[in-house]
Amino acid sequence: MSRWSRILILVALIAASFSLATLLQPRVAGWNKRGQDESVLKLLLGDTRRVLANHLFIEADIYLHSGYYPSIFDRGSAPVDTKHMAGQEGEGHDHEAEHEKEMAFLKPPRDWIEAFGRHFFVTRHTHLEGGREREILPWLKAAAELDPQHIETYTVAAYWLRSRLGKIKEAEEFLREGLRQNPDSYEILFALGQLEFENHHDAARARNLWELALRRWREQESGRKEPNTPVLEQITVRLARLEEEQGNLAKAIEYLEEAKRVSPFAQSLQNQIDELKKKSAAPAKPGSAQ
Amino acid sequence: MNTVLALAGVVFKELYRRKDFYVLLVLTAVVTLLAGSVNLFNEGGVVRYLKDICLLLIWASGLVIAITTTARQIPAERENRTIFPLLAKPVTRADVIVGKFFGCWLACGAALLVFYLFFGAVSAAREHHWPVLAYFQACWLQWVMLGIVVAMVLFGSLVFAAPSSNSTIIFVVVIGILLLGRHLNQVALQQPEPLRTIVYTLYFLIPHLEWYDVRDLIAFDQGLVPWIDCALATLYAAVYCALLLFATWLVFRRKPLNT
Repeated sequence: MSRWSRILILVALIAASFSLATLLQPRVAGWNKRGQDESVLKLLLGDTRRVLANHLFIEADIYLHSGYYPSIFDRGSAPVDTKHMAGQEGEGHDHEAEHEKEMAFLKPPRDWIEAFGRHFFVTRHTHLEGGREREILPWLKAAAELDPQHIETYTVAAYWLRSRLGKIKEAEEFLREGLRQNPDSYEILFALGQLEFENHHDAARARNLWELALRRWREQESGRKEPNTPVLEQITVRLARLEEEQGNLAKAIEYLEEAKRVSPFAQSLQNQIDELKKKSAAPAKPGSAQ
Repeated sequence: MNTVLALAGVVFKELYRRKDFYVLLVLTAVVTLLAGSVNLFNEGGVVRYLKDICLLLIWASGLVIAITTTARQIPAERENRTIFPLLAKPVTRADVIVGKFFGCWLACGAALLVFYLFFGAVSAAREHHWPVLAYFQACWLQWVMLGIVVAMVLFGSLVFAAPSSNSTIIFVVVIGILLLGRHLNQVALQQPEPLRTIVYTLYFLIPHLEWYDVRDLIAFDQGLVPWIDCALATLYAAVYCALLLFATWLVFRRKPLNT
């Protein structure tokens, strides 16, 4: 075979691959739009991606505890409580003590092998701090890629981004991405409201978002046997605080009444209601917000 | 001793003639660098995931190199009939076993050194500090652990019919020990008798390879393992290596060499 014919064959093969690429490219692009905007990853992995995503989400929690984490053998069949990751401590609730108790999973060693083996893995319960919380982000991002319907991934990542790392813009973008994937999620709407209120100090937008979150909660959860009441409590309490700040005491009382119905700390909320009632009954001082 | 060293030298040279090590090194480098190039919410300095991924790949590569290199040593000598000239006096069967063991173990050590240099470079580039002693400990403990694995594979290469079955079984056993070894006593206590005694006995019998996996301590900057514990773990591994090599010799000395 002459040199020219070899070059011509090479050129012909390149032309053939280019033509095939132009033919196949629209089809490949179509893979992404099949069904409800399914990704190639979803097509390839199926439901396995949910398991993987959950594993990655747990990995983020492991990182938050600097590797000190109960294995399936340590915790038995009890699921891992990842609420502390999103800073979802209930009001008046000794969450820290409960978390410490949960993490005291290492019992005294049963034999010399177990005792000696403890020199080679992490045996101290610590949390990442001082900006090192950023170490959990890769796992949360990967978890969101694998399972965009896992809402907690977005809220947890946004919580750390905005409250500990000062990445407000990135937190908002990630939450909006989550909202695009889960348009009816009251949790993401609530988190967006928190961001607007606490970081952008935009009470009007926060109110709109929280009211929408409350509406979505009612649409999805009110008919359920076991509704997600902790989120309802958070939304209504936040709305009550906002209305109180804005001087709408009647509205604030209304929200607190709703929160009281589902809260485990009903008495504390009742005291707040009583205080607001007293405040609203008192004559308005000249020059006050009311 | 010279015979053992000569045999070990041949095995060592085989590692850098074969492509396995280079492929695994390039793969580790590519995956680590790709993982490092991801933009994570415009947040620089995120490094632990990278260290974690790189160490995982180093562990996987170390196991692959140790098991695949060792599994073919004795079967290949028998198949090619080079075992006959090799066993001509003054080389004994014990020399062959010890020579093969040291050759494979040293080859693993050399490979680990290169892998850990790469790991150190990646982590220094991102973290701007280099805990050399911690990396040395991790590398040493992994190398010591691979010694037990190499001895296990040598023993397996005389017991199992083919290198492929030997490699597969050892992979399953090693990964099983790494994942479950630490928890076998807990599992045993949940079983009824006599299963409880059997599982607990197994717990005491298996080499606890999971001790040598200090990846979490490195990734989470948890400081050094006490040196005395490092020394004791090395002694523990040496005893297991001696035990396995002795068992290999017992099988090998009565083994017909014709395939």
